[in-house]
Amino acid sequence: MQSFTTLTSKIIPLPNNDVDTDQIIPARYLKVTDKVGLAEGLFAGWRYLADGSPDPEFPINQERYQNAQILLTGDNFGCGSSREHAPWAMAGWGIRAVISTSFADIFRNNALKNGLLPIVVDDATHTSLFDLTEEVPLAAVDIDLASQTVSLPSGEKVFFEIDPFSKTCLIGGVDQLGYLLKQEDKIAAFEAARD
Amino acid sequence: MNQTIKPRTLFEKIWDSHLVHEEPGSPSVLYIDLHLVHEVTSPQAFSGLRAKGLQVRRTDRTVATMDHSTPTKELSLNIVDAMGARQLRQLQANCKDFGIHLYDLDDPLRGIVHIMGPELGLTQPGLTIVCGDSHTSTHGAFGALAFGIGTSEVEHVLATQSLLQYRPKTMRVDFEGELQPGVTAKDMILALIAKIGVGGGTGYVLEYAGSAVRNLSMEARMTLCNMSIEAGARAGMIAPDETTFEYLAGRQHAPQGADWDAAVERWRQLPSDPGAHYDAVITLDVSQLAPMVTYGTNPGMGVEIDQLVPTPAAQSDPARRAALEKALAYMDLEPGKSLHGHPVDVVFIGSCTNSRISDLRAAAALIKGHKVAEGVRLLVVPGSESIRRQAEAEGLDIIFRQAGGDWRFAGCSMCIAMNGDQLSPGQYAVSTSNRNFEGRQGAGGRTFLASPLTAAASAIAGKVTDPREYMIG
Repeated sequence: MQSFTTLTSKIIPLPNNDVDTDQIIPARYLKVTDKVGLAEGLFAGWRYLADGSPDPEFPINQERYQNAQILLTGDNFGCGSSREHAPWAMAGWGIRAVISTSFADIFRNNALKNGLLPIVVDDATHTSLFDLTEEVPLAAVDIDLASQTVSLPSGEKVFFEIDPFSKTCLIGGVDQLGYLLKQEDKIAAFEAARD
Repeated sequence: MNQTIKPRTLFEKIWDSHLVHEEPGSPSVLYIDLHLVHEVTSPQAFSGLRAKGLQVRRTDRTVATMDHSTPTKELSLNIVDAMGARQLRQLQANCKDFGIHLYDLDDPLRGIVHIMGPELGLTQPGLTIVCGDSHTSTHGAFGALAFGIGTSEVEHVLATQSLLQYRPKTMRVDFEGELQPGVTAKDMILALIAKIGVGGGTGYVLEYAGSAVRNLSMEARMTLCNMSIEAGARAGMIAPDETTFEYLAGRQHAPQGADWDAAVERWRQLPSDPGAHYDAVITLDVSQLAPMVTYGTNPGMGVEIDQLVPTPAAQSDPARRAALEKALAYMDLEPGKSLHGHPVDVVFIGSCTNSRISDLRAAAALIKGHKVAEGVRLLVVPGSESIRRQAEAEGLDIIFRQAGGDWRFAGCSMCIAMNGDQLSPGQYAVSTSNRNFEGRQGAGGRTFLASPLTAAASAIAGKVTDPREYMIG
């Protein structure tokens, strides 16, 4: 897994609430047997016009966001299907952090296993970040995972929560499976006691 | 000694009995009893095992099927598109290489993963069950803790039979009252999601209780639990009772003989203790509930069939207003009007929500003696090959065919539109499936979610129709 320590980036605004994983990556892109090449399917239903050409109105098609790595979006991001192709597609496109007021459980779990940081902020911060993307579209913010803060151009620092285990794994770029494999003796004992 | 034992919920009993390890600062290690695998969310997990030189820890607790990309017209990989066929062949190879039992395309017991598990008696009370599929919540109908996981977690379970999990919160949902004729479990769950929203269950395991739930058949309980994820819930569950035991008795993988009696005795200890604490409790009176139908682009955007599509201007919250405007624009619907009578192009009866034999019987009984309206396509896809054979033995296939419908082999089909069964852009469907997301049933397609009865009535009428109009007497 790619390590996540700090990130400085412009913010891509996608103000929709309840963005489901079918929008993040439609099912027709799920016939792959690996994790690469999914970026072209990212937000495919919203990103392309009927003739297949990119919709210039859609944020990730715009030149100014081509190197942006932070997505700012509405409540309950990533609801619906459990497809891990969603964070794979986002990471494949270059997104490293998503800021919202809430995330769907499975999406959040999947993101954390792929070096994609889900950041929950309160409503006031959420609104001020969207205001920022309108007033100063190219403004960058700094994310520091160690101190769990997002630093805004105003100098304000916003604290965010993350469980210590996921934080350690993200900073170290460590696959969570390693921890589970280390519990082998306990798993074997558990099985022996009940099988 | 007068030691009092803290009353526990159904969820807590299962959670506690599956804890392998807990340490401060880390998620719990939770043991998984049954791991269901399908073609779409597993290839990268098996690749991970190969790259790390790992084996599947418990092949006896792992079962695979193919359902998402499989054809329903004929059971042959030759008619599957190249990428889909490659993925299906990859599942065959992975199961062979790692020693996992696969219900292959030609297996008479194959079906949608969440239909098969219960049907084979693999799904049992008290188990922890996972699958790389969000509708794993279906299995909670048996009093199991069952939830969907991502592909990384599929790899974790394959390698260790365990998962890293934080303890979710609990919410009891009491459905009270007796359902009116023509109103079903599908309407109950759509009503719940309309009430609490698609994020209303986030962070919670829901336990469905109350008189209306106790009166549901096992198949209807599966419909209810199936859509727990559409409220954002981690899982949905129902305490096992005589209905549960009756359904399970004699099934292939259910305990037999003395083991059965011992199992039932154990299962009787599972229901929540009186006084057990829930983090939230809500109650829905369903005695006056009408059939539900969705108008928007998530399962929370639903109304009773005779109610009006809400008006964006009446929404005070700007984000909700914007979401409603966007949904109605996609659906090309007018606010403030009823959906009742809205023309439909396709009716889909199928999916892990509503493709069981009772669903097909209910739809067939309503359709019998009628014709599908001109210009409407009716697609009926049973949830498993066992259900298909049962339906054919009862002549249900003939009823659907004589009405002008299309009768298929088992699979996910038009619920997820990965196998060629899909809507064309702009088409309207009444669908018994679980998601009305934009493009879910085919790019540009528009979905009205409803019960099999409402779907059947709409097929005959060629428009969104209250099934009670066809259920006189």
